[in-house]
Amino acid sequence: MPYWDKERECMPREQLEKHQLRKLKETVFKLYAFVPAYKEKMDKVGIKPDDINSLKDLEKLPFTTKQDLRSNYPFNLFAIPMCDVVRIHSSSGTTGKPTVVGYSKKDIETWSELMARALSSAGASKYSVIQNSYGYGLFTGGLGVHYGVEKLGASVIPSSGGNTKRQIMLMQDFGTTVLTCTPSYALYIYEVMEEMGLKPSDLKLKIGIFGAEPWSERMRKEIENKLEIDAYDIYGLSEIIGPGVAIECPYKKGLHIAEDHFIAEIIDPVTEEVLPDGSQGELVITSLTKEALPIVRYRTRDLTTLDRSKCDCGRTHVRMQKIMGRSDDMVIIRGVNVFPSMVESVLLNIPGVEPHYRLIVERKGTLDQLEVQVEVSEKLFSDEVKKLELLGARITRELESTLGIGVKVRLVEPKSIERSEGKSKRVIDKRNI
Amino acid sequence: MAIQISVFLENKAGRLSHVTRILGESGINIRALSIADTSDYGILRIIVNDPAKAYKILKEAGFTVSETDVIAVQVPDSPGGLADILEQMSEEDLNIEYLYAFLGTAENDALVIFKVEDFEKARQTFPAKGIKFLDENKLYQL
Repeated sequence: MPYWDKERECMPREQLEKHQLRKLKETVFKLYAFVPAYKEKMDKVGIKPDDINSLKDLEKLPFTTKQDLRSNYPFNLFAIPMCDVVRIHSSSGTTGKPTVVGYSKKDIETWSELMARALSSAGASKYSVIQNSYGYGLFTGGLGVHYGVEKLGASVIPSSGGNTKRQIMLMQDFGTTVLTCTPSYALYIYEVMEEMGLKPSDLKLKIGIFGAEPWSERMRKEIENKLEIDAYDIYGLSEIIGPGVAIECPYKKGLHIAEDHFIAEIIDPVTEEVLPDGSQGELVITSLTKEALPIVRYRTRDLTTLDRSKCDCGRTHVRMQKIMGRSDDMVIIRGVNVFPSMVESVLLNIPGVEPHYRLIVERKGTLDQLEVQVEVSEKLFSDEVKKLELLGARITRELESTLGIGVKVRLVEPKSIERSEGKSKRVIDKRNI
Repeated sequence: MAIQISVFLENKAGRLSHVTRILGESGINIRALSIADTSDYGILRIIVNDPAKAYKILKEAGFTVSETDVIAVQVPDSPGGLADILEQMSEEDLNIEYLYAFLGTAENDALVIFKVEDFEKARQTFPAKGIKFLDENKLYQL
């Protein structure tokens, strides 16, 4: 079993929790002393840093949300002076003010360690040639992975996103063995390879490390079969540190969250109540070792479950299940919660259907309607209307029985649904509520 | 026997003109066509002078395309000509999925493109029934 830091990754739970409590107390003291916004929030609920004496006491602390980062735009949540901040990343801010995150020298070191750990867990080593097709720039994906690869001692090809034909040429010419990008971009790369008349055997690609958007187990199988690689799920978000917060091990029974640096909780997204291990809810993360932007109880909006049982790989860190969706990506249609991931799993169960789909929600009169657009691949196509109608009816029936609401299925031309090189947009909500 | 090219088209303005333009620019001549339409999409079925090339071009342009076996039947160009043939096919239980007319004639007969449920059976029974059909190479040259 390849470990990057066995002592940390396999630390006995008791010792790990002791370490977590010590670090949690430090973090809370620091935030209370140096970040007025945290002090204000804690004072409001009457909590002092001294009240944190066990890991259970974490529940007493207020949550931090994306809105808090926006309200304190750009640097008001930083706990260190700007002269000690060595890096700034930011979200695109398409849905409002961007969220800004900062890093000290030690934070960059921590992040690189976490990424090196993640890459090792997925089977990469100093002998790997890693093509990093996450976007470089303000987005944490590109540079986060990049520093991890260098820390690991592997060779990094900083190809960034886009220009897919060139990406493929680089893979072929440079003998890329590991690809890092979003899972939907991996499938797109395969499509372009097909168009170029290339087969997986023309490449040396063995491993894919995919993240930055939710993807299903079915999609993993599809990527693995098409590209003939071993695909690993990686998790992270810039508010916490970036990619490398959690990674799968070769057993692929959940992603190990680096618990020596973070504490994970699951809450009910509506009542905000902490849920027991095994329940599905929103992932909440507290950082333990960050200097520039320590964060307490950050609401990730990602839906998952936690499993603290010991993993066969020997790592003791808690495992989160693959992200099932986002609590803000979820659309409520006629009172029913619909996640794009549910639609995806239904579609992938129908032979020949590819996971290129889009959900359009519209309000007709007073009634909300869900339209699911599915691309017609060559395998599905027939010159006879009745066969296509049967296919449409089958998809409709299976979606309706899984989602529990009426669905209109529209068959659309291939590649008419936008392929994203970043996070794919699965839901278009046209309701003006 | 002949190859028909079938293309999936969304019901959106400009899709049909796009397909025909692509074919035209590649020197493909459309000799017969029919469109099956539903509220959301249509299926364009065409007979062209060079089906293999048409298939390749449309696929490269990103369309969902398939090749379908059809039969170009020679139908006497007189009242009742088509009815006679359809009756004979019915006697043999040969189900027809769809049919459409071809632009042009062979030996003074009209030509109708048939897509049948059981292609092999049609091929075997037509000669015995005296139903004439055109060889594909001749068809594409018409």
